[in-house]
Amino acid sequence: MSVGESSTPLGKVRGLGSAREGGEHWLTERVTSVALLLLGMWFIASLLILPALDVRTVLEWLHAPSGAIPMALLIIVGFKHALDGMKVVIDDYVHDAGNNFALNTFLLFLAVGGGAIALFALAKIAFTGAA
Amino acid sequence: MTASIVHRVTGSGLAIVGLAVLTWWLTALAGGADTYARFTKVAASVPGKVVLIGLTWAFFQHLFSGIRHLVMDTGAAFEVKVSNTAAVITFIASVLLTAALWWYLLGVAK
Repeated sequence: MSVGESSTPLGKVRGLGSAREGGEHWLTERVTSVALLLLGMWFIASLLILPALDVRTVLEWLHAPSGAIPMALLIIVGFKHALDGMKVVIDDYVHDAGNNFALNTFLLFLAVGGGAIALFALAKIAFTGAA
Repeated sequence: MTASIVHRVTGSGLAIVGLAVLTWWLTALAGGADTYARFTKVAASVPGKVVLIGLTWAFFQHLFSGIRHLVMDTGAAFEVKVSNTAAVITFIASVLLTAALWWYLLGVAK
């Protein structure tokens, strides 16, 4: 094998095609999935460990950096993974180029907008003090 | 086959319903005691619980099914018998974990 050649199927397609992407999307989906495995377990374990789920206790948890930082990561990685996954579903079932583009653009706006709202809410909790 | 389409359905459900609930929960918390009370009232209702239990199952199912896909991405476990057994295990694990978690939440915690 000469220099620059890759032995793996993924290595062969990364950066190829007219869009120079696709392989990256595939890989990103998997990397974010592993991150979400950890962040998701953290989220569920945290909810179970909290002594109560009343507004005071939950706000205290998310006000502290130990709660706010993983939650910020969960929001960012969660919305990114959702966007990547839904794009695969749309690309597989919506073949009309116009509809595909419209739906993917709508999905992008929804994911970025939703993520921004969730992050802003978390920032407010983290920086303005527990109620 | 079944595991694959279920992976897509649970993923889509988590993406649309799951993230909507997460965002609503966070904005309700940020709004203070009144808006949070409105959220918990809906969440504690019967339809609310059905959605939350459904999301819990979808999360675990997508998680285990995702691990199975990651293993198969490496080229392993493609034998029909191994692949099918792994798929069945993902369903059993997700149902058991969902049941255990909600048994704890509804029984012990409250």
